[in-house]
Amino acid sequence: MKTKRAWYWLLLAPFVGTLWPPFYNHADPALFGLPFFYWYQLLWVIVTSAILGLVFLMTRERSDV
Amino acid sequence: MSSGTLIFVALVVGVTVLGFVASRWGHANLKSFDEWALGGRRFGTLVSWFLLGGDLYTAYTFVAVPALVYGVGAFGFFAVPYATIAYPIVYVLLARFWTVAKKRGYITTADFVRDRYGDRTLEIAVAVTGVLAAMPYIALQLVGMKTVFLQIGGIFGAGGGVVALAVAFVVLGAYTYTSGLRAPAMIAFVKDTLIYLTVIAAIIVIPAKLGGWAHIFRAVGPVLAHRPTPGAVLLTPQMYFAYATTALASSLSLFIYPHSITSILAAKSKQVIQRNAALLPAYSVLLGLLALLGYCAIAAGIATKDTNAIVPMLFARFFPDWFAGVAYAAIVIGALVPAAIMAIGAANLFASNIFRHFSPERSHTLTRAAKFLCLAMCALALLFVAFVKVQYAIDFQLLGGSWMLQIFPALIFGLYTRWFHPKALLIGWLCGMTAATVMGFSNIATGKIVIEFPLHVFGFSLTGFVAFYALLLNIGIAALLTWLLGAAKVDPGVDATTIGDYA
Repeated sequence: MKTKRAWYWLLLAPFVGTLWPPFYNHADPALFGLPFFYWYQLLWVIVTSAILGLVFLMTRERSDV
Repeated sequence: MSSGTLIFVALVVGVTVLGFVASRWGHANLKSFDEWALGGRRFGTLVSWFLLGGDLYTAYTFVAVPALVYGVGAFGFFAVPYATIAYPIVYVLLARFWTVAKKRGYITTADFVRDRYGDRTLEIAVAVTGVLAAMPYIALQLVGMKTVFLQIGGIFGAGGGVVALAVAFVVLGAYTYTSGLRAPAMIAFVKDTLIYLTVIAAIIVIPAKLGGWAHIFRAVGPVLAHRPTPGAVLLTPQMYFAYATTALASSLSLFIYPHSITSILAAKSKQVIQRNAALLPAYSVLLGLLALLGYCAIAAGIATKDTNAIVPMLFARFFPDWFAGVAYAAIVIGALVPAAIMAIGAANLFASNIFRHFSPERSHTLTRAAKFLCLAMCALALLFVAFVKVQYAIDFQLLGGSWMLQIFPALIFGLYTRWFHPKALLIGWLCGMTAATVMGFSNIATGKIVIEFPLHVFGFSLTGFVAFYALLLNIGIAALLTWLLGAAKVDPGVDATTIGDYA
């Protein structure tokens, strides 16, 4: 039970990744002509979705449907 | 009529019929409150995905965010981190709220607050906040629809689009009255399909015709630099704090809006909500792509004072006539679905918590009251559009969000602890609401671009989101007074919930 709860810490990653603009407020490297600022934040949408899926699968109880 | 207009009319009429047919979905007794307001709490992962997607991604996404990016540049992109971090919040907090709501039969946030704190005034405060905050959000939907009507022109543009808007709202009121939450749930399938089609087409066709993203960004920079308030495709360091607080405070308020709560509580299990938290970000990708359409509009040389019109204008310019009709329908239906759920959510609050106090037994009279109040909400939102003037449509949502966030301590802290004293929460709420209103309207009055407030402390100025500052004040006061009231041994009220209700 304890080890399962540890997965929830992963949910903090999107906050760290997106709420500190100095991390990503630059133009290079660009991707398909999109400055880093834009594709980096769009990438976080997908990463967050994956993290949530992972946490769901890893913390699932047997009785869950 | 052109083929585009015909397709637009056919789609909008089609979903209206669907709205009325929805009353027969799943043999419901629509006199029952749970059935009318929450679709009987029976929606599975798929229906919930469409419903929540249809509910949360509104004219805000299709009209207001691209307009802001068009006007100010990089700052408008805060909606992307906002729509990202909202989901870990849903996953943890809203799943917990769903559990206690299911066990104790709640339909609204105020139901929970009443049960948890045993305080009628706090219950009313939470309900009033929800009703108040829903109004500018519905108003934003109306603004979105109006821009499309004006773009189509002809009879739709008559009287500045207000005639078509009034018709749309009578129809909206009529099917929500008849079918309750089932209507927007059923229409959401059509809405989301049209939206995905439109955005995918737009993002393939438009940048290609404009010579690709690198070319678009080169064209955008100089134009933004020459705006009356200069913008850029990157943030300035002075904007970091405002960018982060706007994203954070928006994501904290998103799921405590009455319309979000209504769609969340309609899910049949906690797992449905958690699975959806992982699946809904698909819509946030759309939001990000739509935001970039703001830059496409600049690169395409679209110059307009009405920034809200840029997305319909882009569609008119780059899509063949018939597909522009599909895209217009997507925006209008995309605004009607959330408007319906917002009206239902606000009506639930009004009927269950202001008109009467919370009780798990809800009479048919209450359902009838909620149905009528739903119509009243639509009318109030129309007045809001008429009387509150803002530079960007998104200001409506930011103002509403600043109010909405003030129930956060009572609601979300309440899910985990009963440490706070109900009277302390009430006074904290009052201070938060007052601060948000004063800061918000002073910014609107001085014509600032977004309602961002420069706070001066010790000769040091930090510009951040109004909602965020107001929330800090709210929490600070609630904590301080809880400590004082505890020391003075003031009765903290009765908690009707037990630990078992939350798990």
